[in-house]
Amino acid sequence: MRHPVGYNANHRLRLTEYLPWVLAIATFFFLGDYLSLGARVLTYILFALSLDLIVGYAGIVTLGHAAFFGTGAYVAGVLSVKVGLTDPILQVLAGAAAAGVLGVITGAVVLRTRALTQLMLTLAVAALCFEVANKANSLTGGADGLSGVNVAPILGVFKFDMFGKTAYLWCLGLLFIGWFIVRRLVYSPFGASLTGIHQNSVRMQTIGAPVYTRLLMVYAFSAVIAGAAGVLLMQTSQFVGLNVLGFEPSGELLVMLTLGGVGRLYGAFVGPIVYLIAQDYLAKQFPEYWYFGIGLLLVLVVMFARGGVLGIIDAALARLRRKP
Amino acid sequence: MSAALETRLLCKRFGALTVAENINFALEPGARHALIGPNGAGKTTFVNLLTGRLAPSSGQVMLAGEDITKVGAPGRVKRGLGRTFQINTLFRNMSVLDNVALGVAERTGVAMRFWRPAAKYSEVRDEALALLDSLGIADEARRNVADLPYGKQRLVEIAIALGLKPNVLLLDEPAAGVPTLESERILEALAKLPKEMAILIIEHDMDLVFRFASHITVLVQGAVLCEGTPTEIRADARVREVYLGERHG
Repeated sequence: MRHPVGYNANHRLRLTEYLPWVLAIATFFFLGDYLSLGARVLTYILFALSLDLIVGYAGIVTLGHAAFFGTGAYVAGVLSVKVGLTDPILQVLAGAAAAGVLGVITGAVVLRTRALTQLMLTLAVAALCFEVANKANSLTGGADGLSGVNVAPILGVFKFDMFGKTAYLWCLGLLFIGWFIVRRLVYSPFGASLTGIHQNSVRMQTIGAPVYTRLLMVYAFSAVIAGAAGVLLMQTSQFVGLNVLGFEPSGELLVMLTLGGVGRLYGAFVGPIVYLIAQDYLAKQFPEYWYFGIGLLLVLVVMFARGGVLGIIDAALARLRRKP
Repeated sequence: MSAALETRLLCKRFGALTVAENINFALEPGARHALIGPNGAGKTTFVNLLTGRLAPSSGQVMLAGEDITKVGAPGRVKRGLGRTFQINTLFRNMSVLDNVALGVAERTGVAMRFWRPAAKYSEVRDEALALLDSLGIADEARRNVADLPYGKQRLVEIAIALGLKPNVLLLDEPAAGVPTLESERILEALAKLPKEMAILIIEHDMDLVFRFASHITVLVQGAVLCEGTPTEIRADARVREVYLGERHG
């Protein structure tokens, strides 16, 4: 499942790569009661995909990716409430663009550093965003959150209905576009150079690659996708809470991606699903200790299955193949 | 005609420690030049000053007559200054082909393309393959570079540098850590490099140095002790004393 990228790589779609889409469409037809949960899962998958691009491929470490997610949600939300921008497509474009701008500005600082320092700086950026949203009461509603958000029908035709059908398909459509672009990028020469930077950034410099510029580009692009995901959250829940900018979504997202498998493109698909199912199950079985269960799961994955769930599947398939 | 690579009064100090002292050095176009000196003479520091990994405390570095002292490492590569590393500095979890193709893609500007799959840029692949072929390791193109024997990894190291089509190539101990039999293959590969390329080799293996280089500079404690042809260097009493003397008595 871990498909190599680069100049030797087979870039054609494999049969297994249709699977997420088949499942997503099957969910739409057969699990009608879960569509609003489904839309949330799709939103998180898009968010996780943006994280995988920088963590898994470019090797940037971050605990503040929610800064872009939250910025997307807030910018689109505030524009809806204060300016009356209700067209969902324009909202996505505005939120994604704002997150992208933030990505360029903060990336310019964050990407000058490495490892732990980088991690701390991303945390600081998210904390700053949180505080700005908290203090800008008149715009964002502060700690009470931003309500009264309006979302017009898509293209003036498809209304966001109470069963969440439109919302689900809308999220699925955007996830598809995001996945398509990220996949192209990962297999491209640019993607290969990101993998090169991840493996040996010093050597990349000595072959003449502008490492910093390239990291900044991918960081900003990842911020754009995360921002779009944030807008989706705003649109489907018609509310923006201050917690979207907190530490928790950033941390949770990284846990999701780790559980699914980092640097595999589809770890971003598997991770949120595994996480949300585990959360649901654990919360029922051990209502007071469910976080402990998630923590234990994470420790086990990191200790014994570095590739996450997809890594386990890979290893199992490799073993099957070795036995005749 | 100006030298392919030249330094003027190049100095590097770390606090009170001087690791490069007023180095005047010239590498002529098409030269086969060797830089030798005992351990700690500052050879690798000098290479890092040339490639821009270190900034000098004072002095100038000129590439084909252009002052590149203030140009960063990537800019120097773009201007035709290539290098290899003493310790393999490869993309360990990539195929041999990708290791070389990454450099070729940077040189040709393909590396910024983000839509078409990399595998479809056949001009990059073909050039990388041709390079591997010229070094005799084309059969290994699809293997993971970490799985290759050390000697072949050294050749990949050279292939990456050649993929940048340098006018000046700095080889930092190309045969370091390689058994004699394989170092012979490396020497063969070096002998086949384009004649117009100016090459500076830093090497401990004296046999290799005397066979490869037509000109030798001896560096001792960060300063140039002397320079000349291999015959002159062999005959030089000072060199025998500080360097060869240790081994040959």
